[in-house]
This record gives sequence, structure tokens and C-alpha cells, in this order.
Amino acid sequence: MTPTLNLTINGTPQTIALDDPRATLLDLLRERLGLTGTKKGCDRGQCGACTVLVDGERVNACLSLALSQDGKHITTIEGLAEGEQLHPVQAAFIAHDGFQCGYCTPGQIMSAVGLIAEGEAGLDPERVREGMSGNICRCAAYAGITEAVLEATREMDTAAERKSA
Amino acid sequence: MNRFDYVRADSLGAAVGAEGALLAGGTNLLDLMKIGVATPERLVDISRLPLDWIEEHEGGLRIGAMVRNAQIARHPAVLARYPALAEALLSGASAQLRNAATTGGNVMQATRCSYFQDPLSPCNRREPGAGCGALGGETRNHAVLGWTEGCIATHPSDMCVALAAYDAVVEIAGPDGRREVPMAEFHPLPDATGAGPAPLAAGEVITHIRLPDAGGMARHARYVKLRERTSFAFAIVSAAAALEIREGRIVTARLALGGVAARPWRARAAEQALEGQPATGDSFARAAELALQGARPSGDNAAKIELARRIAVRALERAAAGTPERLPALPASVFAGDDNG
Repeated sequence: MTPTLNLTINGTPQTIALDDPRATLLDLLRERLGLTGTKKGCDRGQCGACTVLVDGERVNACLSLALSQDGKHITTIEGLAEGEQLHPVQAAFIAHDGFQCGYCTPGQIMSAVGLIAEGEAGLDPERVREGMSGNICRCAAYAGITEAVLEATREMDTAAERKSA
Repeated sequence: MNRFDYVRADSLGAAVGAEGALLAGGTNLLDLMKIGVATPERLVDISRLPLDWIEEHEGGLRIGAMVRNAQIARHPAVLARYPALAEALLSGASAQLRNAATTGGNVMQATRCSYFQDPLSPCNRREPGAGCGALGGETRNHAVLGWTEGCIATHPSDMCVALAAYDAVVEIAGPDGRREVPMAEFHPLPDATGAGPAPLAAGEVITHIRLPDAGGMARHARYVKLRERTSFAFAIVSAAAALEIREGRIVTARLALGGVAARPWRARAAEQALEGQPATGDSFARAAELALQGARPSGDNAAKIELARRIAVRALERAAAGTPERLPALPASVFAGDDNG
């Protein structure tokens, strides 16, 4: 019997037949669904390139068994922008040069979105760096990444205030 | 990765006695499967078991086995009354892993001994009777207490070190009923020829971790962890300390060490020596001596003994100084300014 799983991916509910239980969420996204924005780096939970949001929380897709995610809401880098309107974290990474080669960038951005939602780092650069330590950048664009996360945090705080005013 | 059958256990009754490897967050098991160290024929997915909350229990807390590490670390009652547990958790892994890894999985995680993780190296833990590749090898992550020629691996958890210090109890459900084991004794020490017995019998499932009332230790508890980099690294040595202090004297003391043995190492002789003594550096230095009594290098790692003494003293000093209102930006770091100390 081929197991099936239901996932809501970037807001769209999908029913997926999975003939091999070994697929990780990362493999499912990249190989079956063509969502190649999520990157495979180490494939062992050490580099963070595969970071996605599961029910709003950042996790390593490479260490998430796809079948175990049945019923979950998944957000990938492809689901952040609204049309041509970049997500504030995406815009801040461009404004602050938060990358060089770009391979780790989708994972960095998804991790930053998760970090800002957690609300514990705030505008403290040390807490931002610690909170982003699960994402390796071998080009070492860390200074720009930290600046980008701080600016996106400020931007999203202001937007939230505007909304509540 | 080998092929396997996948089943989901939706109730504890379905999980207890089930044949196969238990899958919760997957952060350790899937990794071991990818490198060929774990080769289960069947995975029993217990991640949906209704054991995912933290409740008040007789003045303490009862933590379900499926609670994620991040949930414990940010729980208001944990931060208020068991801050060394929160600090230990936040000093381990990455935010992504802490969001996925469960309480039960953290307890059950495998050693990070690189010889255990390499299927081409002999390993008594992986294959009883095969020998130990770590003897004479690279041993900075290996034991200096409670080891034998059979196995010199350490348990890598930070969480368990704090839990052991807090006198936590592991609740287990099995085919023959329920039992409980103190956290400090849950992980077996190695015997003469190997890693010793498995902590869980076939078909058993960890259901909860119970924390007794922290009493007067609530705001005098810290975790300190020495590692090769300040974030996202396993401990070379670590220490959890909790104190109850009245009028400058120690009434109750708790001290457990990490990175030094196959289990979190509860230093009971050190605790007894501290009780009734002034909360000063001299008392802490004597306690650290006692904590490392009987320690011996298992390879080229004698430095760990002195490092563990110093980390124990540091944890006791910081506990005596009082837990800061908010945990430091770099949890458990040894590179800390005044606001961390």
C-alpha cells in the first residue's frame, strides 16, 4: 500500500502519495514537488540550509521524516513573497548584502523569519547571532546577515505597530 | 538508508510493546540512519502521542516526553524555578533542532563518540564484542569518570545534566507496567566488556520527566558549558549547579557534570561537603576536588579533569551569585562578562 500524506505547502493543501517511506521533508520538497528553493547542504542537521517552517516554527527539513509531517503546514522560501512584494526579511538581506554565493540564503532567511516570530532576540545583535547559529554561511556573510535580521525585526515591529494603531 | 516499514502510534497503548525503533522528532535517529549506524526494519512514529504538555505536579513539574526542547526552555515555570534546565537546553544544538527534538528523544540520544558514529570502526556499543576504536584514538569528547576498557563514550545531553542535578525522575511505560528511574541513574555505566545494558527494555516508552519542587534553589541555579565554539557544539565538560543559601551558608547543594561519563555525573560527595559551608570560593574548590575524585584519563584527555574542576567551580560561583533575571545572550558560555556571571 502506498502511504499518502496531506500537507499544506505555502498555503496550498496537497495530498501526496509516497512510495518510499525514507523520504525526508527536504527530499519531498525538492525531488517530488519541484520546490528547489530549500537547499540540501550537509543533510545532517548541521548547516541549516534546509530550514523551513513547520506550523510556523523553524526546523531542519533534512531531519524531518516526510510521513511524520502529515497534516502540518509547511512554509518554504517560495512562500514568503506576496507576488512581487518581497518579505521584509528578503528585502533586508538584499539591502545589507546578507550573502555572497547565495546557497545558504533560503535557509538563513527562513531561520530569520522563525527567529523574529519567536520574539526573544529582539534588537540585541548578540542574541541574533546566537539565534542564527544553526545556519552556516561558508562565504562568512555573517555581518550582513546580522544587520539584515536586525533591520527586518525593526521593520516588522513598525509594520505591526502601524496595523494595531 | 535502509528501507523500513512505517507505522504511527496514536495512543500510548499502541506505542508500548510495539516492535521497531521509536521515532519522535527524528533529529538523532534519522541522522544515525543516514550514516548507517541505525538500521531499523520498522519505525514506530510516536510524535503524535498526547504527551506534549508541561503540568504542575506536587510543587514541581511533569514534562511530557513529546514536549519539544524549545518549549521547555521558554516555559515560564521552567525559567522561574528551574533556570539551569532552560540554560542547559539553550546551550545545546541549534534553534531548529531544539524546535524538533523531544524530551524523550533528548534522553535517548546516542553518544557522539566518532568511533560509534563510524560503522567502519570497531565499537562495543554498536556491536558487542567488536572492540573499542576510541581507545588510543581522539578522545576529547570521551569519559574521565565511570569508564572501562569496554567503552569510554560520554552521553552528550546538556538537558540531562541539569535534570540530574534537579533530582528529576524518568517515568517509563512498558508491557509489564510502569516504572520510574532517577535521571542520574537512567543511563547505564559501561561494564568490563561493553556499554552495559540498554536503558529501556524492548517495548518500553518514556512517558514523562518529573521535576521535584526546587524550593529555595530556584534563583540560585546555573549551567556552564565548555565547548570548542560558543554555540552549536557538544560539551567538552559542563556543570549544572543549584544552591539554597541562607545567611551566606549553603543549606542545599546540587552539582552534576556533563561530558565526563556515559551518564550525567551527579557529584553527591561534593554536595554533602558543601552543605553547611559558607558560599565561598574555598568551599567550591573543595567540592570540585571531591566531584572529580577517582577521575582518570581514558586517553589523551587528562586536561578534561582539571577543566571539569574549573567548570564546576564556575557553575557554583554563578549559582551562588544568583540567576540573572534574564538568561544571558550566550547561554552557559564561559566567555561571559559581568552580566553573565
